[in-house]
Amino acid sequence: MTAASIHIRSFLQEGTRFIAGALHFLKGTGMKSEPVLSTLEMKGIVKRFPGVLANDGVDFDVRAGEIHALLGENGAGKSTLMKVLYGMYSPDEGQILINGKPVTLRSPLDAISHGIGMIHQHFMLVPTLTVAENVALGLSSSRRIVLDLDRVTEKVHELSEAYRLRVDPSEEVWRLSVGEQQRVEILKALYRGADLLILDEPTAVLTPQDVDELFNTLRTMSEEGHSLVFISHKLPEVLRLSARATVLRDGRVAGSVMTNAVSQADLACMMVGREVLLRIDHPDVERGDVRLMLDGVHADGDRGFPSLCGIDLEVHAGEILGIAGVSGNGQRELAEVIAGTRSISAGTVTLNGEDMTQWSTHRRLEAGIAHIPEERMVDGAVQEFSVEENLILKNHGHAPYSRGIFMNFKAIAAMADRLIQRYDIKTPSRQTQIGSLSGGNMQKLILAREISRNPDVLIAAQPTRGLDIGATEFVHQQIVAQRADGTAILLISEDLDEVLSLSDRIAVMYEGSVVGVVDRKSATANEVGRMMAGGGCEAAGARSLAPVSEPSAG
Amino acid sequence: MTAVIVGIVSSSLRLVTPYLFAAIGETLSQASGVLNLGLDGIMLIGAYAAFYVGITTGSLALGVIAAGLAGGLLGFIMAFVSVSMRADQGVSGIALYLFCLGLSEMLFNQTLGGVRTISGLQPINIPGLSKIPVLGPILFHQNILVYIAFALVPIAWFVLNKTPFGLKIRAVGENPHAADSLGVRVRRVRYQTVTLGGVFAGIAGASLSIALLNLFQPNLTNGMGFIAVALVYFGGWRPVRVLLGALLFSTVNALQIWAQVEGIGISPYLTLMLPYVITIVVLATMKRRNSQAPSALTKPFERGQ
Repeated sequence: MTAASIHIRSFLQEGTRFIAGALHFLKGTGMKSEPVLSTLEMKGIVKRFPGVLANDGVDFDVRAGEIHALLGENGAGKSTLMKVLYGMYSPDEGQILINGKPVTLRSPLDAISHGIGMIHQHFMLVPTLTVAENVALGLSSSRRIVLDLDRVTEKVHELSEAYRLRVDPSEEVWRLSVGEQQRVEILKALYRGADLLILDEPTAVLTPQDVDELFNTLRTMSEEGHSLVFISHKLPEVLRLSARATVLRDGRVAGSVMTNAVSQADLACMMVGREVLLRIDHPDVERGDVRLMLDGVHADGDRGFPSLCGIDLEVHAGEILGIAGVSGNGQRELAEVIAGTRSISAGTVTLNGEDMTQWSTHRRLEAGIAHIPEERMVDGAVQEFSVEENLILKNHGHAPYSRGIFMNFKAIAAMADRLIQRYDIKTPSRQTQIGSLSGGNMQKLILAREISRNPDVLIAAQPTRGLDIGATEFVHQQIVAQRADGTAILLISEDLDEVLSLSDRIAVMYEGSVVGVVDRKSATANEVGRMMAGGGCEAAGARSLAPVSEPSAG
Repeated sequence: MTAVIVGIVSSSLRLVTPYLFAAIGETLSQASGVLNLGLDGIMLIGAYAAFYVGITTGSLALGVIAAGLAGGLLGFIMAFVSVSMRADQGVSGIALYLFCLGLSEMLFNQTLGGVRTISGLQPINIPGLSKIPVLGPILFHQNILVYIAFALVPIAWFVLNKTPFGLKIRAVGENPHAADSLGVRVRRVRYQTVTLGGVFAGIAGASLSIALLNLFQPNLTNGMGFIAVALVYFGGWRPVRVLLGALLFSTVNALQIWAQVEGIGISPYLTLMLPYVITIVVLATMKRRNSQAPSALTKPFERGQ
């Protein structure tokens, strides 16, 4: 079929759909009764993408009331498998059986009507709508002319009570914390009568307290007969919550085990296919002079509201200062004011005793500040540039890479080859566009560029977000090696385990302020988690455009 | 003095009609994430269709219906290009405008041959209310399209905020992937709003050619559709504020016309500029409003990211 005829067909299809939709809208439809899901089987699922075999004959099953963990490295095929189950992808081969009967799931709507719900890793919420509106969106019962939000609100109340999902139905979603937003997602699925709930890395952005609350809710749900599929990277949680775990590797099932019969190391080995160091070697290093100091730093966020309100911090040579906090509490802005990409409204930033508050970004990086930005795809590299061009981005003005107005391509190529080898960057060549590299290799490239400049201060923002176990291990080793070399390191991470295992000291940020600094030897996840969830800062935080809410009584 | 004020306000209410139809329709399509820059062109075709049908059949009602149908068809084409083909909305809108501009001029030359006038829609007195001193003649002695345009404002507000359709529109404009995951047909919603926006733009053109000016000539709209797009931004994607902006704009316009007629000693070229200068100044001084823009505005929807 030619492209033109496809377009004409799609034109006609949209036309008929449009008319059907208009009729449907005018007519309105009633609710239909939903079938109950008790067992689910996926048999021999194969899903191909151009050049990739994402699922290669995967068998997977869930029983009623079971909490089933789905594990695997990035690219192992977990998400693909779950998107097949949720009707977002159609499998090339294989069968899905619900209660023993084969079904075809063509869209999320099909999946929902079969009692399947999914909580995506990036929440599928409309921030400008209220909680109740988010729940009501797309409901078949709300296909009448006027929206009946009162009934939705009432039922949301009932569900929140039953499953201890505290959230205010009339609040707009952008005002909610991450934990609350997740509760809205669960409420959405429950409201639609989900018997099977797929949770894609649900704990990735939560405080330990939120995680406890989530797990209580999930246990209540499973006791009531709901089935849960729990996708996670975090092995302790998998062992704590789930009864069974299925591990995928390279698109195939590497094993399906009862969790009471295995250890974390066993699971990690199944995922990676080799032994993995789960603990980071953290040798004692003598702490040196103060390298980086922030004194009373204030700055505004993107929307023009205060997002840093009086930050005082010191980072010494040979020290890793971890910044813990729930996403959006000023961490990104903190990294940016140090790197020089965000201007400061009050306070000073000092490097090796010199006031650099007014310095340009260029002067800062020349003076020894290295930055691994949070958005590696956007801020860390130029996607359209090759590996070697990205590696030279910060050094192209120096000998031997350039002289006068001419670049020395021989020297650049030699440097690129050296770094590719040393940092184990898997790329077809130094001239490959880095947009085609995996997340792990792109991060290795950025790490190589920043570390090879021998910085005095290294800001590492979310350095392992989205990376698999192997790449994470490598990044961690490199950061610890920099510490041993006497670099002052500011490690910003939403992954509390990462902060706790790498840092010498941990500063906790909440609503634009540092609410506490603790030593790693005495810090516990619970204590840090409590600080992450609350504390005082008088100005509005980075996240809250609204007045800061009153603390609840008691 | 009262007569002058009544005259100015009354003419500003008539002048606001085309802006209001076009801007309310554009509000719906932008709320769902589609910027239709072809609005001015659709208005031109609507103005021509209403005038031609009106003058050949003698029925102004048929003229209005023809304008709505022509506008709806053009809106549907815009939806096809920007929603199904995922073309850049800015460029395809401009292309649609230029196409309509040329088409309407060709139709003018082929079928009308020269500027002719039509006996336009007559004012309708609302019994009782039009007798109120001062306010009566201003508010309740207008043609039917003026009343409909004003009624559209609360209707659009109600649809956007109180109906499932409006909920879908806002969701699709803000986070189409979330809407898609709940089974909302993102593309269908956008087709509906853009087509409806086209219908309104067509009627906006009709209100110009058979109710306000009572004639048709090439480039009759003179950029009104672009002002209507600006009014949507000015109104922060809320129908009531769009109305306020449109009123401000049309009042300045009415003043400007009055000043010309009265012959005060300012060059008419300068007074003609005034409404546009105000538009630029207002838009430039309220950049913060941009944070209220639908997040998915101008972004084509594609599944599976």
